[in-house]
Amino acid sequence: MTQIIRDQRIVTDDWCRLDDAAPLPAAGRVIVSLARWRAETPVLKARGDVGVAIPSELDVAELQDDLPHLPLIALYFVFIQPRPEGGRTFDGRAYSQARVLRERHGFRGEIRATGDVFRDSMFYMHRCGINAFEVKPGQDLDDALNAFKDFTLHYQGAADDPIPLFHRRRQADT
Amino acid sequence: MYRYDTFDQQLVNERVAAFRDQTRRYLAGRITDDEFRALRLRNGLYLQRFAPMLRISIPYGLLSSRQMRCLAHIARRYDKDYGHFTTRQNIQFNWPKLEETPDILAELAEVEMHAIQTSGNAVRNITTDPLAGVAKDEWVDPRPYCEITRQWASFHPEFNFLPRKFKIAFSASTTDRAATMVHDIGVHIVRNARGEIGYTVYVGGGLGRTPMIGHKIREFLPEADLLSYCEAILRVYNRLGRRDNIHKARIKILVKALGPAQFAEQVEAEWKQIKDTPLKLERKDLDYFRAFFQPHPYEAKADDDATFTPALESDASFATWIRHNTREHRVPGYRIVFISLKARGVAPGDCTSAQMDALAGLADLYSFGEIRTTHDQNLVLADVKQADLYALWQALTPLHLATPNIGTLTDLICCPGLDFCSLANAGSIGIAQELSERFDKLDYLYDLGELQIKMSGCMNGCGHHSVGHIGVLGVDKEGEEWYQLTLGGSASNDAALGDRLGPAIARDRVVEAITRLVETYLAQRQEDERFLDTYRRVGLEPFKQNVYDTNH
Repeated sequence: MTQIIRDQRIVTDDWCRLDDAAPLPAAGRVIVSLARWRAETPVLKARGDVGVAIPSELDVAELQDDLPHLPLIALYFVFIQPRPEGGRTFDGRAYSQARVLRERHGFRGEIRATGDVFRDSMFYMHRCGINAFEVKPGQDLDDALNAFKDFTLHYQGAADDPIPLFHRRRQADT
Repeated sequence: MYRYDTFDQQLVNERVAAFRDQTRRYLAGRITDDEFRALRLRNGLYLQRFAPMLRISIPYGLLSSRQMRCLAHIARRYDKDYGHFTTRQNIQFNWPKLEETPDILAELAEVEMHAIQTSGNAVRNITTDPLAGVAKDEWVDPRPYCEITRQWASFHPEFNFLPRKFKIAFSASTTDRAATMVHDIGVHIVRNARGEIGYTVYVGGGLGRTPMIGHKIREFLPEADLLSYCEAILRVYNRLGRRDNIHKARIKILVKALGPAQFAEQVEAEWKQIKDTPLKLERKDLDYFRAFFQPHPYEAKADDDATFTPALESDASFATWIRHNTREHRVPGYRIVFISLKARGVAPGDCTSAQMDALAGLADLYSFGEIRTTHDQNLVLADVKQADLYALWQALTPLHLATPNIGTLTDLICCPGLDFCSLANAGSIGIAQELSERFDKLDYLYDLGELQIKMSGCMNGCGHHSVGHIGVLGVDKEGEEWYQLTLGGSASNDAALGDRLGPAIARDRVVEAITRLVETYLAQRQEDERFLDTYRRVGLEPFKQNVYDTNH
C-alpha cells in the first residue's frame, strides 16, 4: 500500500483514485475527477466517501455548494516547461486554492497535495492549509516529516495561523 | 535603519539551516535538478556561464557600515575580491562555490543580511528612493512601508511560485527616483485632501522583452490596507497569470489582456474579502517600523562653518565634484554625496573589497554609519556635514570613487552581459568602457548635461535599456553581437519607453553611433535643453539620418 503523510504522520493511504471509465465501487473511499464529480454529483454527494481532484485553474468558489459533501479535495502541483526555453518552473496556483478553501470557505476536510510534491515545498503547502501529501516516489518520507520544522515562525498569516508577526510585536509593546 | 529583533534573526537563521541541508542533500544526489533549482533560486543562487552567481538582498538599498564590511569580507574570502552592485539595489558575487554558499549565507545572517527571494518567481527585493529620509521633496519616509512589505513578502507561503518574478517599488516624493512606473506594483505614498496618508497604486509596469508603463488601478488606498491590497493583487496574478510562456508570464501581460479596469475590478473583489482581516495595519504597527527611521542627530548649526566656501573657491576639482556628485539635503549644512561606481576602466557597479572597507570607514566617520545603493548602480553617503566634505572628497579620490560624473553620459548603467550572464546575447561592459574613454573630457560631458545611457545584454533588460534616454540592447545575429539603439526612454515622472532608432548596429560601430546621436543632439539643442527634451521636440528623424548616413 502507498504511504502518504497526513497530519504530520506517515500513514497508509486509505483512498484510491478512480479512473473516469471505471465503475463506482459499492463501498470504499475514492477520489474522482472534477468532470466525473460534476457529471454524477447527486449520487457521489450522497455517498460521503468520495473526494474530488481539481485542476489548478479552477476557481474554488465554484465548489462552494459541494464542500459540505466533500471529505477530501486533491490539489495538483507540477513542474512545467514554459515556452520557449530555459529551466522548468513550478505551478503554484494550488497554493491559492488551498488558502481560499480553508480561510474563505471554511473547508474542514482533507486537502491533499498530489503531483510534484517534494519535501522542500511541503512547509509552504502546510501553511496554506494542505494537510495530506502524496509525496513523490523516490523521496525519503521520514526526512519529509522534517519539512514541518523548517521554520518555527512566520511573518504573515495563512491558513495555519491567521496572525501576522507584527501583531506579536504589538503585544510585546504594550 | 531597521534592526532585527529576535524574530527576524530566528527566521533568517532557520532559513540558513534549511538551505544548508538542501545543499547537502543536493550534493548527495538526493534532490533532483528541478527541485534544487526552485530552492536555490529562492536564495539568490544562479548557476551561470562560469560559476554560480549569488545575489544578496539589500532591502530598499540601505546598508550599515558593518554590513558593508561583511560584504568586503565575502568578496575577499569567497570571490575574486569584488562585488557588483545591481540595478535592483542589491549586490551580486560572480565567483562563489556552490558548496560554500551556505557558509556565505551564515556569515550574512550574523549582520542581519540574507539572499532571500533575490531570484526566482517570487516577490523580489522591495526598492525605493535612494534619497529616502533626506530628500527635500519627500512628504513621508517610504522606508517603514518598505520594511512592512518586505516582511509580509518574505517566505510568503502562497506566493513562492508565481508565474514570474515580481517587483514592488515605493516612492513618496515629488520626483520619482524609484522608477515606480516600470514595476509590477508601483506604490506612491500620498496624502489626500484631509491630510490622511494612503497610496496610489500602479500595476503592470515593467521592462524586459515587452516593456510597459504601469496603470493606475487605485487612486487612494487607505494607509491601513497596504498588505491586504498587495495580497489581493498577488492572488489574482497567481491564479490568472500565464504560465505557458516565460515571455508572457509577468503581471503586465495579464493586466493588458484583461484591461486595467477589469484587472482592477478583480483586485477590488478579492480585496473586499480580505481587507478586514489581521492584515489590517494599526497605527502602532506603523509606529513600530517608523521608529527605526527617525532622523539622525544632526548638528543644529552645521551650516555655520567657515571652511566649506573657501575650499570651494580654492579647489576647482573639489568644486566640480560638489556640483556634480552631491545634492541638497533637507537639513541645512548637510549634503547628500553620491559615490560614483563608474570610474574609467571599471565595469559599472563593480566595487572592490578594499573600496567597500574604505567606504564603511568613511560612512562611520562622516555619515552616521550608513550607505545606500541606487538603481543607477552608484552608492550614496546621505548625511555628510558640509565641514566634512573636503576631507571626504580627499579620501574618495585615491579610491577612484570620486569621478565627478553623476547624471552624465558616463554614469551609465549596464547588466553584466555576455561576460558573466548565461542569458546574454552580447557584451555590455566593453561598450561601457569604450564610451567612458570616448567621452572622457569632463567639460564636454558637463555641457551635455543630464543624459542617461542604459545597456542590456539581452531582451530581459536587466540594464533597463527601454527607459534609457539612449537605450542599448545587445542582440544576436547569426552568432555575432549586434546592438539595437532606442531613444527617448525615461523611468522618472515622465516615464516613457524608448523608440527604436532603426536596424541593429554592428559591435564596432556602436560607440560611433552613440557619438553621432550626441552630436545630433548638440546641433539641435535649444539653449540648455536636456537630451530627452530635444528628442521629444525634434523626433527621431534627425538622429536616424545622422547615424545611418553612410556618407560620413
